[in-house]
Amino acid sequence: MQLVLEKRVERSNTIALVSPLIAIGLTIVTMIILFAILGKNPLLALHAYFIAPLTDGYSLQEIAVKATPLVMIAIGLSLCYLANAWNIGAEGQFLIGAVAGSWIAVKTQGTDAGAWVLPVMLVLAAAAGALYALIPAICKVKFGASEILTSLMLVYVADLFLDYLVRGPWRDPHGFNFPTTAEFDPVATVPLLIEGGRLHLGSIIALLVVAAAAILLGRTIKGFEIRVVGAAPRAARFGGFNANQLIILTFAVSGALAGLAGIIEVAGPVGHLQPGISPGYGFTAIIVAFLGRLNPLGILIAGLFLALTFIGGEQAQIAMKIPLDVTKVFQGILLFYVLACDSLILYRFKLVFPNRQVTRGTG
Amino acid sequence: MELVEAIILAVLAASTPLLIAATGELVTERSGVLNLGVEGMMIVGAACGFAGAWLTGSIFIGALFGIVAGTLMSLVFALMALGLAVNQVATGLALTILGVGLSGLIGAGFVGERITPAMHLYIPSLTDMPLIGRVLFGEDAFVYFSIALVIGVWWFLYRTRAGLILRACGDNHVSAHALGYPVLRIRTFAVMFGGACAGLAGAYLPLAYTPFFIPGMTAGRGWIALALVVFSSWRPGRLVVGAYLFGAVTILQLHAQGWGVGIPSQFMSALPYLATVIVLVLLSRARTGGSTAPAALGTVFVPDR
Repeated sequence: MQLVLEKRVERSNTIALVSPLIAIGLTIVTMIILFAILGKNPLLALHAYFIAPLTDGYSLQEIAVKATPLVMIAIGLSLCYLANAWNIGAEGQFLIGAVAGSWIAVKTQGTDAGAWVLPVMLVLAAAAGALYALIPAICKVKFGASEILTSLMLVYVADLFLDYLVRGPWRDPHGFNFPTTAEFDPVATVPLLIEGGRLHLGSIIALLVVAAAAILLGRTIKGFEIRVVGAAPRAARFGGFNANQLIILTFAVSGALAGLAGIIEVAGPVGHLQPGISPGYGFTAIIVAFLGRLNPLGILIAGLFLALTFIGGEQAQIAMKIPLDVTKVFQGILLFYVLACDSLILYRFKLVFPNRQVTRGTG
Repeated sequence: MELVEAIILAVLAASTPLLIAATGELVTERSGVLNLGVEGMMIVGAACGFAGAWLTGSIFIGALFGIVAGTLMSLVFALMALGLAVNQVATGLALTILGVGLSGLIGAGFVGERITPAMHLYIPSLTDMPLIGRVLFGEDAFVYFSIALVIGVWWFLYRTRAGLILRACGDNHVSAHALGYPVLRIRTFAVMFGGACAGLAGAYLPLAYTPFFIPGMTAGRGWIALALVVFSSWRPGRLVVGAYLFGAVTILQLHAQGWGVGIPSQFMSALPYLATVIVLVLLSRARTGGSTAPAALGTVFVPDR
């Protein structure tokens, strides 16, 4: 007796809907086992992870703040993945966006520059992120170099470049030699939505991005082209869609969104440029994109869920001394289960009995 | 002269983990499977390898721990990508994300600990020869093993029937299946071999390269190993050249930082990554007359029954 995969005649819409929920359920079961291995009370740990952050206003705002970059990056990545273009260097585009925007903030520091500073920072960050993402895209289209490897290599380059800037030319002279720029001026800071709170304008921008992506994918020809090129490359060629052009486009858009997310994070919750501004947003956003089924609304929900795990992870560390790496393990396992459950949309399991004697005709 | 010798020794040491990991991935890819999780398998191998060596005091057992850890990680990949026919790119990424978290969890208790690094060979008079003595007869066991590994893999792929079948699976899984070869089983073994090599390559870092463990110590070497496989056009011989070239770039930039060349150290540290991008572009450009990659690389295979 053997368990094998069999292709479904039609994709299963029921499973497409419930598969993220099954994946989350399976992840939680796995986490209970992991907590038990670590010698922590699984119920208390789960409470700290998933319930406690939802019970106070500060944590709720913090979840929205953390979800902002995740959702923005994941929306961009979902366009790439739909078009079968594998941008996995969003972390680098995020950092380069943060650097490019910070350039204005640092240069105008202490001057009487007006309200134009923040908009210019946002535009410049998006442009820089897009340009940085175009490097792997052009290498792919012009020379056929694997965009997976080139985009990832550029993450390390961006990380080192940021490190150089904050340790060298941009270091705060009054910063006690810490590798950081001075705090940004108020005109170079993303405004808060609630005075004294954490929620900032970036979350509104993220919601607008979600809406724009939903319209692009659902209501425009470009969105249709992106989906066809990814799902049926042969049909797309017959349709006259230019796959290379779409690789360039989706990379540029996702780079711009990652760059924008970068400057919003730096000019918002962080307030200055320093190494380690991202706890791996660019990589976690890959999980968000898949958990959200590459669908804008799904990504919004998935982004909030993964933000919850970041905040929950921090609270579990403070309350129960659970290492922060547990959050990464959780996210990795979640992605595995999501992918595995997605497989059941196209395939189903079937028991076969290979040893059974086949009856042959005697004619 | 001493400096030249020191540089060659350092280049060999820096190249060895790349060579071991890339050799494993080459076999995996030759069977038609693209496992992007090399970085994740390496970092778990590094954490487990160090844990094993620290707990038992034996470098050899540490290396075994690394191999087993890498193999287990690769089995997770095989279950997903081969068993459940999940997209290989996404599964590989998931493996890396998981690996980074797991290694942090496993290695947390060992940060700050030190072990005695792997011993270097010493043959009186041979090792004492000027210039080439230590390079040829004074390495640690991993360096010799990596070279034996490449030769073994070359022999297996091009001189054995099993190797021919493995390459057939990588070039056309439908035909291989039609001929009656168990494509998925063969690929599972190839993935496991890749995982074992990645685990060993990761373990090399805390066992021989630096005698301690730090989180994230693979620093993208797994990804560079993947790029090396492309660089080699999927041929073991060129892999050796590529790995040593890369080791040379890494070491030269370190020395340049030491010599106080007026370039910020971060720019020099970025060189190996930039070099990877440039090499990938140049190679892909040169290869206009059709790809040399295994034809079925990265494609999902679900046998018809």
